[in-house]
Amino acid sequence: MTHYEIKSQKELRSGFGEGLVEAGRQNENVVALTADVCGSVKIDAFAKEFPQRFVQCGIAEANMVGIAAGLSLCGKIPFLGGFAEFVTGRVYDQIRQVVAYSNKNVKICGSHAGISLGEDGATHQTMEDIALMKALPNMTVLVPCDFNQAKQATLAAARHEGPVYLRLGRSKMPNFTDEAAPFVIGKAQMLNEGSDVSIFACGHLVWEALEAAKQLETQGVKAEVINIHTIKPLDTEAIIASARKTRAVVTCEEHLFNGGLGDSVAQTLALHCPTPMEYVAVDDRFGESGTPDEMLTNYGLRATNIVEKVNAVLKRK
Amino acid sequence: MKTLQELQTIATQVRRDILRMTTAAKSGHPGGSLGTAEWFTAMQFNIMDHDPAHFTMDGQGQDMLFVSQGHITPVIYSTMARRGYFPVAELATFRRFGTRLQGHPSTAHGLPGIRMASGSLGQGLSVGIGAALGKKMTCDNHLVYTMHGDGELEEGQIWEAVMFAGDKGVDNLIATVDYNRQQIDGTTEQVMDLGDLKAKFEAFKWKVVVVANGNDMQQVLDGMAAAKAMTGKGSPVAVILTTKMGYGVDFMQDTNKYHGAVLSADDLPKALAQIGETALGDY
Repeated sequence: MTHYEIKSQKELRSGFGEGLVEAGRQNENVVALTADVCGSVKIDAFAKEFPQRFVQCGIAEANMVGIAAGLSLCGKIPFLGGFAEFVTGRVYDQIRQVVAYSNKNVKICGSHAGISLGEDGATHQTMEDIALMKALPNMTVLVPCDFNQAKQATLAAARHEGPVYLRLGRSKMPNFTDEAAPFVIGKAQMLNEGSDVSIFACGHLVWEALEAAKQLETQGVKAEVINIHTIKPLDTEAIIASARKTRAVVTCEEHLFNGGLGDSVAQTLALHCPTPMEYVAVDDRFGESGTPDEMLTNYGLRATNIVEKVNAVLKRK
Repeated sequence: MKTLQELQTIATQVRRDILRMTTAAKSGHPGGSLGTAEWFTAMQFNIMDHDPAHFTMDGQGQDMLFVSQGHITPVIYSTMARRGYFPVAELATFRRFGTRLQGHPSTAHGLPGIRMASGSLGQGLSVGIGAALGKKMTCDNHLVYTMHGDGELEEGQIWEAVMFAGDKGVDNLIATVDYNRQQIDGTTEQVMDLGDLKAKFEAFKWKVVVVANGNDMQQVLDGMAAAKAMTGKGSPVAVILTTKMGYGVDFMQDTNKYHGAVLSADDLPKALAQIGETALGDY
């Protein structure tokens, strides 16, 4: 199978931070806002280089969303950054009214998403954010898989006209994609071609999916691994083509079972090519404190869990 | 610019529009609309520097207005149409399927003059601040105006925004509060006492203008002129506009009954007779 090397262990939020500075250099209309978490969400470098284009909102996320929408009216491209739970769930109605419904060019960047946030516990570990954001008309939902891709996704979001939700994790994760690979919104990324099963993954689970494919290869199972970095608009063509080829599907995400990547894929399959499918996702429950490693392992989000689900779906072919 | 008498005539016609639109639609919010007819008329015709024929979403080179309590669309749309943003005849489509005149302001139907959806309360001040910051960043010295219900001030986001604007000195922003002391479930005193509103804004480093009678056109003009004169001096400006909900029709006045309830076809002529007719004519 295609070989991928871990170049470094890096945080996706840092990829966003680097991408934001680069976007700021490319386009003077890029501005950034935060709610007292400038360093945590890696907006500090941008704030230092472009102090006149940075807005510190204090601990007031609702106000921040409105200010961002107002700035967008004047031709600005606002990136607002905060903890994913507090820039999605906490301010869902604000996003609905003045970003999505009003169709403004605002980029909502949620760091510390998912259970791999770890020790902070369930109050801060959003695993519903994809569901919330993808439900909104006009909203684009991006879930990059590593540092390099997070940087490219940030640049792509800056070029894209319209509301975007960019999901980012806090913890260091394998950085393995090509740093120069352009990020095309809405275009799934083929990472490994296979013929026996399709593994559709997003975010931190993409690396786990590649590890699973390696293990499956030793069993003689050829797994296709596709990175669905754009949950919305979904690359249904790529999903249907792969499912038609392999006739078995497993989805992998650091999100609740309800409303995430898995449901988007299931909907596509049900409508266009019904195919046996299994989910690797978190059941209908909240997280807890623990190290990022402990969380991913205890909540069933590891390569071994993906292999189990592949074996389960293969029996249903 | 209109004379005082011309403005008063327009406000009278706007009141007729409000009642006819809401009764025709069998829904809508006449109470707060009637109470703010003078303010919206003054803003559209004399206070704001704007050009309806050249409406742009970015509002560059023009003043901008965000109405946070979006439910008062009857007065918003009537004054916009009378000012020339769209044909007056279109007021007949208010709240009907396919209309640009949605129940609450929307940007999704292409109505010139609306830059943001509103009506989910408490959000318009934040949007206004963003636009005001945007004007500063783009070196546009025009003003941003916002309008709020007094009951709306119960929303927490308002105070996030009040704190921000005061602290950051957003001094190209004028926020007006329709101080009619009525809300859906009763008076503001009954539901949630606003206390000393002027002192509250001042505590957050705002300058405050109080208009004692916001249904007196001259007082509205003077109050808004005073507010404009306070801009550009390091502080945002609040205008506490004392009005009567339902002003202009005796049985609709000083009650919250007509916040979101409309006159029946039988009661409409009685109300219109009290308001009187104008040479501008009905839509």
